[in-house]
Amino acid sequence: MPKLTIDGIEVEVEPGTSVLQACEQIGIEIPRFCYHERLTVPANCRMCLVEMEKAPKPVASCAMPCGEGMVIKTNTDLVHKARKGVMEFLLINHPLDCPICDQGGECDLQDQAMGYGFDRSRFQENKRAVKDKYLGPLIKTIMTRCIHCTRCIRFADEIAGVPELGATGRGEHMEVGTYIEQAISSELSGNLIDVCPVGALTSKPYAFTTRPWELRKTETIDVMDALGSNIRVDTRGPEVMRLTPRLNEDINEEWLADKSRFHYDGLKRQRLDRPYVRRDGKLQPATWAEAFTAIAERVKGVPGDRIAALAGDLCDAESMVALKDLVEGLGSKNLDCRQDGAAFDTSARAGYLFNTTIAGIEKADAILLIGTYPRWEGSMVNARIRKRYLMGGLKVGVVGERRDLTYPYTYLGAGPQTLQELADGSHEFCEILKTAKRPMLILGAGALRRADGAAIQALARQAAEANNMVQDGWNGFNVLHTAAARVGGLELGFLPGQGGKATAEILAGASSGAIEVVYLLGADEIDTAKLGDAFVIYQGHHGDRGAHRADVVLPGAAYTEKNGLYVNTEGRVQMARMAVFPLGEAREDWKILRALGDQLGVRLPYDSLAQVRKRLAEASPVFRSIESLTMAEWGPFGQAGTIDAAPFHCPIENYYMTDPISRASATMAKCTETFLAAASERTGTHG
Amino acid sequence: MAFLDRTARGFFLTELLSGLGLTFSYMFRPRVTLNYPFEKGPISPRFRGEHALRRYPNGEERCIACKLCEAVCPALAITIEAEPRDDGSRRTTRYDIDMTKCIYCGLCQEACPVDAIVEGPNFEFSTETREELFYNKDKLLENGDRWEAQLAANVAVDAPYR
Repeated sequence: MPKLTIDGIEVEVEPGTSVLQACEQIGIEIPRFCYHERLTVPANCRMCLVEMEKAPKPVASCAMPCGEGMVIKTNTDLVHKARKGVMEFLLINHPLDCPICDQGGECDLQDQAMGYGFDRSRFQENKRAVKDKYLGPLIKTIMTRCIHCTRCIRFADEIAGVPELGATGRGEHMEVGTYIEQAISSELSGNLIDVCPVGALTSKPYAFTTRPWELRKTETIDVMDALGSNIRVDTRGPEVMRLTPRLNEDINEEWLADKSRFHYDGLKRQRLDRPYVRRDGKLQPATWAEAFTAIAERVKGVPGDRIAALAGDLCDAESMVALKDLVEGLGSKNLDCRQDGAAFDTSARAGYLFNTTIAGIEKADAILLIGTYPRWEGSMVNARIRKRYLMGGLKVGVVGERRDLTYPYTYLGAGPQTLQELADGSHEFCEILKTAKRPMLILGAGALRRADGAAIQALARQAAEANNMVQDGWNGFNVLHTAAARVGGLELGFLPGQGGKATAEILAGASSGAIEVVYLLGADEIDTAKLGDAFVIYQGHHGDRGAHRADVVLPGAAYTEKNGLYVNTEGRVQMARMAVFPLGEAREDWKILRALGDQLGVRLPYDSLAQVRKRLAEASPVFRSIESLTMAEWGPFGQAGTIDAAPFHCPIENYYMTDPISRASATMAKCTETFLAAASERTGTHG
Repeated sequence: MAFLDRTARGFFLTELLSGLGLTFSYMFRPRVTLNYPFEKGPISPRFRGEHALRRYPNGEERCIACKLCEAVCPALAITIEAEPRDDGSRRTTRYDIDMTKCIYCGLCQEACPVDAIVEGPNFEFSTETREELFYNKDKLLENGDRWEAQLAANVAVDAPYR
């Protein structure tokens, strides 16, 4: 433990800590451009210079490891002069176009120039001009602003795992770009915008629309996948202007997936802002009273077992518990929150949670991916696995599709047959798993979203137990869900009751006429053709598949427009906060259900959000504390059964469009065109 | 004697005549009043009157939608919305000034990095309705076109002091 003195303060730090980190520990801020906590240290910006006793010249604090007895000074004339010199050199070739730069107001260079800059320039010659590069539909480049910190290159290489960015040329002729003009093919590319300390890489969809000081910031969580990444919603008036990640070491660190970051323009399109009732075969605008009357007329007198409800992927727990109470009050047991038809056993919590936790991946030393493509199903999980891979000594085995995961893996097989071999120990990868200290497996949507999901789940449990994945203090069995609402629905029991029907049976019943009324709470990922002649009530925020088929449409609130609880795939309860008000006549979803309950003669016993939350806590103890994680007990789950030999196949065909919001987004449409359509058309001789 | 003196002055109307004399003398001195609106007094190049949005000599609008004027405006009279224009440059799609809110402090023109928004010499823009005082971008650009010669001269005169 080296002990050193910084500005007269003695501090003892872990071996290997850099001087810059030691300064941060005692609250001294060192200016920096190239240094980033999560990236390697190139020490090329020279902004972090400090004075070290017995050193002939200032040293770069980010790359200088702390040594015993070092005496560091960060606030001397020499340091200031050195930093001012560095700043002057940086500003020589930086265009002073802050008024038209989107980074203006939140720019590291701008902030630090206030401290170390000079209000005149001594530079009389011509400034350097660099041609802008094309990096795809998400990132706008103004490469003249680049200060060559190489953060973006290191981010792409290290975190995103797509070594597509690099620098060509030397000295003043150095240019950062993709060697061959191409869009950055990573689902984490949006983070380049955050990583860039200047305005060289900015957001294309957000370009020129607002200034940071105009925005009202709401801290909430993301619902585009089941990880519940922490985000900040920036709004101006009634409009969501952009989404940015918020630091949460347990989930997303400080990154955010592209779909989560750029889907927001979908919140402005295809919205349901008033109730609709189908008259003469056409959906026509109606008032709330008319919509409720239409529902009451049709539903009253229908026996409970002919009513069913499905919850979608973006529902908050409050609305699901309200719908559960309403439907059960009508005497029905046909409800399911797994609209994708995934038939897995929900009797034990450990059977459907990501038990290891996302941060726990860093402790694992062998990972088995079963029927999952984590880059699309949970980008942050994949980033974490890659982080673990970079630490060294990680073995990854894949059962399912052979795809680029950004880290090397052993391909074990395509389907349940391989899983069977892993479960009975006959596969050679079992040796690796058995010698590993902390092995884990991740079961994805490709494995569970099948008719034999419960049997696959049982087989995976067997494989986990056989390969030492469940130990004291370590649970290596993980399910990676794809929908933000899913675990919340499972926790509060939005599931078929005794003798009730699950999604597939509800749809079959609706086509055959056994189910007369179907309540869709934001459920759009179902085959609406199977709803037959059933009376469909759709409550949601987007005019997507469900609303097209509906007989009555009730406008609800999107996740940015209501206070709601979401449970992520780890079982972590998090709160989404209201950033803007619901559009037009739309209302918060649990309030709609509460009001509808009165019309249907089922009085829901809560009048305020606090009371709904109390009801949630009764439904499941998980909801008693927000932002905390309740570990699941290991227990038997899954049902043995016949297993279809068909290989595991990732059900997500288009990462950029998986839900009503992203399907309505123009940015996501552009991404689909650039990244997916182009890839499928490309041939060996292309370009 | 004092009595005689006073009586004599009253008798000969000296006070009246000296007053009339003073009044009469003004007939030969230069006038200090102006025959407004046919005559106008001189105003400083820094005079803060009606706003205008200027253009470059080639006709391109100067405003780059940096929103500094909106941010600095103490009366919150300015509203700006921006997006990339077809050629990719940063331009406003909306630039409104509520002249009824404006306090004519001149901070907007001080904040402007490209001398786009200026307060011109015009102070005669009273209207019959409130609505006419809600200026939009077209109105402000039109003002700029109308006053450009004088606005440019004012900026040039003031340049050494900025």
